[in-house]
Amino acid sequence: MSADLITSVLSVAIIYAVTVLYATIGEIFVQRAGLMNLGLEGLMLMGAVTGYLVAVNQQNLPLAIVAVILVGIGMGLVFAFTTITLKADQTVTGMAILTFGTGLSGFIGKSVCGVSANLMFEPIPIPGLYRIPILGPSLFNQSILAYVMYFIIPLSMIYIYKTRAGMILRSLGENPAALDSAGYNVFALRYVYVVFGSVMGVMSGACITLSYTNFWSDGMTSGKGWIAVALVVFSRWNPLIAVLGALLFGAISVIGIDIQMYIHVIPSQVFSALPYVATFIALIFTTGNFRKKRSSEPGSLCIPYDREER
Amino acid sequence: MEPVIEMKNISKTFGSVAANRNVNLSLYPGEIHALLGENGAGKSTLMNILTGIYKADSGEIFFKGKKTDIHSPKDAVKLDIGMVHQHFRLISTLTVAENISLYSDKRDFFVKTRQIEREISECSKRFKMDVDPSAKIWQLSVGEQQRVEILKLLYRGAQVLILDEPSAVLTPLEADGMFRTLRSMAEDGKAVIVISHKMHEVMKNADRITVLKDGIVEDTMPATEATIERLTKGVVGNRAFEHKYEEKRKISDEKAICIKHVSAINDKGLTAVKDISFDIRTGEIFGIAGVAGNGQRELAEVIAGIRKAAEGEILLKGNNITKASIRERINEGVSFISEDRLGMGLVPDLDMTGNVILKEYRTEKYSKYGVLQSKSIIDSTEHFIKEYDIRHGGLGLPVGLMSGGNQQKLLVAREIDGDPVLIIAAYPVRGLDIGATEEIRNTLTEASLNGTAVLFISEELEDLFKMCDRIGVLCSGEMIGIRNVQETNFDEVGRMMAGEREVHKGA
Amino acid sequence: MHKMRFERRPTLPIMIQLINSIIFVLLALAFCGMFMSVLGFNPLSVYKAMMLDIISSKGIKNSIIAGLPLVFCGLGVAFGYRMNMNNIGGDGQYALGAVFCIWFALYGPVMPPALKITVMFLLALAGGAAAALIAAIPKALWNVSETISSMMLNYIILYVLNYLMYGPWKEKGQMIAQTTQIKKKYWLPEIGDTGISTVLIIAVVIAVFLYWFHKKTTKGYEMEVVRRSPRAAIYAGINVKLNIILVLAISGAICGLAGFAQITSILHRAQADMPAGAGYTGIVIAYLAGLNPIAVVIVGLLFGALQFSAVSVQVLGVPSQIATMIQGSIMLFVIIGSFFNRYRLIRIDGSAERGE
Repeated sequence: MSADLITSVLSVAIIYAVTVLYATIGEIFVQRAGLMNLGLEGLMLMGAVTGYLVAVNQQNLPLAIVAVILVGIGMGLVFAFTTITLKADQTVTGMAILTFGTGLSGFIGKSVCGVSANLMFEPIPIPGLYRIPILGPSLFNQSILAYVMYFIIPLSMIYIYKTRAGMILRSLGENPAALDSAGYNVFALRYVYVVFGSVMGVMSGACITLSYTNFWSDGMTSGKGWIAVALVVFSRWNPLIAVLGALLFGAISVIGIDIQMYIHVIPSQVFSALPYVATFIALIFTTGNFRKKRSSEPGSLCIPYDREER
Repeated sequence: MEPVIEMKNISKTFGSVAANRNVNLSLYPGEIHALLGENGAGKSTLMNILTGIYKADSGEIFFKGKKTDIHSPKDAVKLDIGMVHQHFRLISTLTVAENISLYSDKRDFFVKTRQIEREISECSKRFKMDVDPSAKIWQLSVGEQQRVEILKLLYRGAQVLILDEPSAVLTPLEADGMFRTLRSMAEDGKAVIVISHKMHEVMKNADRITVLKDGIVEDTMPATEATIERLTKGVVGNRAFEHKYEEKRKISDEKAICIKHVSAINDKGLTAVKDISFDIRTGEIFGIAGVAGNGQRELAEVIAGIRKAAEGEILLKGNNITKASIRERINEGVSFISEDRLGMGLVPDLDMTGNVILKEYRTEKYSKYGVLQSKSIIDSTEHFIKEYDIRHGGLGLPVGLMSGGNQQKLLVAREIDGDPVLIIAAYPVRGLDIGATEEIRNTLTEASLNGTAVLFISEELEDLFKMCDRIGVLCSGEMIGIRNVQETNFDEVGRMMAGEREVHKGA
Repeated sequence: MHKMRFERRPTLPIMIQLINSIIFVLLALAFCGMFMSVLGFNPLSVYKAMMLDIISSKGIKNSIIAGLPLVFCGLGVAFGYRMNMNNIGGDGQYALGAVFCIWFALYGPVMPPALKITVMFLLALAGGAAAALIAAIPKALWNVSETISSMMLNYIILYVLNYLMYGPWKEKGQMIAQTTQIKKKYWLPEIGDTGISTVLIIAVVIAVFLYWFHKKTTKGYEMEVVRRSPRAAIYAGINVKLNIILVLAISGAICGLAGFAQITSILHRAQADMPAGAGYTGIVIAYLAGLNPIAVVIVGLLFGALQFSAVSVQVLGVPSQIATMIQGSIMLFVIIGSFFNRYRLIRIDGSAERGE
């Protein structure tokens, strides 16, 4: 195995991981706040199509990102309103967002299907750092979206575990009644985190069409939204573990394509399916209740908070 | 010395229930003041008014001599008033320090863990509490968690602290430690209110005692002047010293159920039932008296089969059912009127017919080859409705919409159906109006006349004395004593409920 | 200071709830119309074109064809939801049912048609059930979320289907990823001259059976108790673990019938990505139908009409994804609308409180 191979695998793995991580980390925040948005796939598709549309029509990347963020805020507010204020079932609402996002994205994306944007976030090598053997060309020759993620990861770790706001977040999903009686506004906090998670979700989509690949096709996220959901669960809501998981999946999907070139006997579908198989198995082993173990799952996950029904 | 808090003529009514009636209470700095009374006497309501959760219908509150209005919990916090509730408001995945800091009014960006931990260590030592600030809440025992709740208030600068039944979750040793802490807080100039129903504890640890009954202040006295008699009189009153039977019943000698040295653990892992033994004979109504939370629920669940007995045996008509499943016990003739009426006894979203068949839907009575027989189900339901005068809005409506009394009647009807060997009735008339209460009492009495043994768990001495043949008193999970109803009175039972063994009537 | 508060309503009559839902469906259509006009279409003319396409004679036939797989998926998903089981794996169960079914159709022994079709029917059930069981068993034994695991299985099974359709089972000499057509004698007949397949009758029969099942059988009753009150279910001695497995298996089996429907009456063959999201649409259908099997058939066929007209209205330049978009927004609006069925807005005075 040559160093070049490792570098190229790592390179692609990182791009893959970054696209999934935006949504994953966003959803980690959402679930720690006590809610669950299963519509990530729909959010991702909306982000992907919005970013791409603006890139094609306006040929302006920053504008594309702004548009994506606005879409994220909008969809986040809808989800938040429905599940927090109206206290609707979160799984059902998530499915509605999923379906609507899938449909709407395909609908507005038709016009750019097969159209080339010729505009994406190109990899920007960081002078000096990218000369480091093996790691350099892979870690430090990525698009700006990846570099932003490099910051988001440690920032989110610090936020969750070291700041007062993070402490409040951890309490939000665990025991909102305690927070409420201490005078914090549980509803407002949850709104904020849901919208944040939504914005991160659509950003994942934008990563796909504006840096991982540079085209649009209907349903192109092919389940990455669901992989993000799974990653959230078996990362035990810990961003660092989520990173490792995402990198692992990235590596698996890349290696699959590479091995395929050498071993023709195994059909390509086996490799395509590998990330999902891995997720499935990991899910069983990390979330399965094999014995009475204390779960680190936020205690009030999925239970809408109603002060009256205390 | 001037009182720090004065509550004058406080009244509060909820619907038709007068929870507080012209209550006067004054609190001085440096004292431990106990609020004594049974459940429903109005203690919690009064304190909820003081902490801003409720607003009094009439009356005034004075803080350090000045008239104040407490509209919301925030107002109470501003006055440095804090309360430790029975159900803790702690975040189990966070540490002690984090919980306390969350509750404080600090607004720093980064949590200065070490500094807070140091401050908490100092505070806890000062008030004789032993707490590890870096421990996570879920690792702590209930007693330790309670200390965290107290520290929360102290850290925020509370000067008036209210504790709601603090020793309910503690062992006697822990309770002593807690009162030592309260004493050092009082010596520091703070004012402490302890809500309790435990007479002995209150006599030993409080400076002054106010007794509430049915929303009225019965008595206020310095602890030095308190005697068990004076307190009991205030708490249970003079409601009939002795009770006569309404009818003389013949109870056979045959034992319907024998509980032998049964022990059980509650959901928190603590021993809730300690080595309890008693029998109930066929046709006998055996009462269990005691303040709720002393093991009654766990005892009922163990007999019904919902909870495993950690030790001991249960014999039903001679058969050992200790290891039997719920289903098997039902088949053997054990019925259970759960105190958790809408959680386990009935399914609120299902209609009456759906609830009537809950236990027997598999039997030939209600189904053939897996198909429900509507006719017999509806017949049964209508039979119950007529027999027990159950008022409902329609056969197809969910029972959750029925009134509490009618729900209970339905539950009782179902459980009594089929002449069970034993009925476990846990707080069967709790929260019901007079009419429903009367009817259910009659139903249970009739069942006993038919030969069913009844285990009647209640907090109301009146009910127990009216209905039961014998009464066993549970306190802290132990059977303090068993008496024939004819040979005892409220006073004796009341004292046993407070934990006194070897009480003799009239002593 | 006046504050607004939501208060639970007493149960409203069904008619009002229905009208409420219809209002929100119309709102959803208006909402989608907004997006259509942004893209330069006139929503009213698009909707009109869609309706005309549906009520044409060809339209009714095609709507039913499009709707049948959706109906089966809807029935399957609804069955699972009747016990609070989130069966998101409809696509995978559909696909595996189709795989078992087509295998027997193409590679199984020659048999009298009635027998062969019956076996194909049973195999489709088995395939769907098998797919569901892979997710059901970890749920029952170890409480692993069936939502995510069935989701993963969707992709895995679809890749299996994909492999078979591009590889060993592909029609020889052709480029399209599909099998050969099954022999005409194994096609399910149509109802008289209408051009509507008898599968519709099968679907209706199953729906009626399920309706009866939920209302009248002891198992249906058990499912209801487990769904409404797990604690009461324990008291009643219901074996929850066993029921989880049974319910998910049956749910999957019914979804597998969507594959049967396609193979015997619609495409008469199997294709890559045959499900095309029917499993997800099934969830929307199940929700909108209120989990009532008969309503599922109606809503499912309506959605079939929606899908068909979305395809046919492509001639106007409208992307066919409009169907999914409308489905999603209807679901969203109905969710929001159902809130008003349960709560109403009241004003409270600053000093009032809730009595205990």
